[in-house]
Amino acid sequence: MKIVKIIALVLLIAFVGIQFIPTERNQSDTVPKTDFMFVHNVPKTIQKKLQVSCYDCHSNNTQYPWYNKIQPAAWFLEDHIKNGKAELNFNEWDSLSSRRKSSKLRSIIKQIESGEMPLDSYTLIHRDAAFSEAEVEELINFVTQLKDSL
Amino acid sequence: MNKLKSTLGIVAIAFITLTAVSCKDNKKEHDNSDGHHSEMNADDNQSKMEHDNGDGHHDGESKEMAMNGDGNGTSQTILNDYFNLKDALVADDVEKAKGLGTTIATSLGNLDVSSYSDVQKADLKDIVEDAVEHAEHISKSAIDHQREHFKILSKDVTDMVAITGTENTLYQLFCPMYDGGSNWLSMSEEVRNPYYGSKMLKCGKVQKEIN
Repeated sequence: MKIVKIIALVLLIAFVGIQFIPTERNQSDTVPKTDFMFVHNVPKTIQKKLQVSCYDCHSNNTQYPWYNKIQPAAWFLEDHIKNGKAELNFNEWDSLSSRRKSSKLRSIIKQIESGEMPLDSYTLIHRDAAFSEAEVEELINFVTQLKDSL
Repeated sequence: MNKLKSTLGIVAIAFITLTAVSCKDNKKEHDNSDGHHSEMNADDNQSKMEHDNGDGHHDGESKEMAMNGDGNGTSQTILNDYFNLKDALVADDVEKAKGLGTTIATSLGNLDVSSYSDVQKADLKDIVEDAVEHAEHISKSAIDHQREHFKILSKDVTDMVAITGTENTLYQLFCPMYDGGSNWLSMSEEVRNPYYGSKMLKCGKVQKEIN
């Protein structure tokens, strides 16, 4: 029984200890001119959906959940945001060539259509980030039109 | 005392779970990158071997020999990698396609654009940037994803050939069924469909001859 207590204590100390390891926070006050919403005429409903469902990981500004303050959850988030931004950053949209924009729009369509994005682990907590069937259709129609007009 | 114990227990279990989750994630990435690495090497060797075969075939064509000889930085290397990748998809070989995705990403990155005009340089840079991204996706995806990315990669490579030219006759083939109609390039007129593989090997037709 003593050993259990010791192990629990060690773990507790480790858990407290890792809270002091800093993480990089993805936050910015300004939205650059290259942002997707500035460059294209995006309908309000879609703007809102993108903001809620995509921008947390695909822009320079994350609306952090409360548990971001707790390790190791914070590392998990940091990793997702880093990968998400590398794949697609809506804030830097206009710095892409039209070839690459077209590629990205294609990928957006595929990811939303197949339901791979937003990630299940994300919509589990952010219920409003999930796409209804109507929302999927609306977004796909818009993105397809945009892609054809490039 | 009992309460404290169970609290500690819960914290410990939560901690272990979370750590396990994050460790697993990290480890997976490591494994992936290691896997790619060795596959890349294997495929490098393989493509070198295929280059050697190519040299044998084209005896006397000094230009091609020189190009295959240095085996790096030329559009021909990219095309060779592309055809190997296409064949892997035709054969439904997801692992081989992964390795070749890495290989072609490397040769795309090595493309030497110094001999082209400024406009062409900009175009090629753009094409390469786009193509590398798709190649990298191919190197870490399941086969249906690989095929989606292969479609755009095919367009990129076709656009590249329009600028760089090629010493071989290439065929642009077309499959009307895949994703609203999709093209690919081949050295042969024979239809062997990379988008469906064994499921519909013969779907498609020659659309254009490129030389």
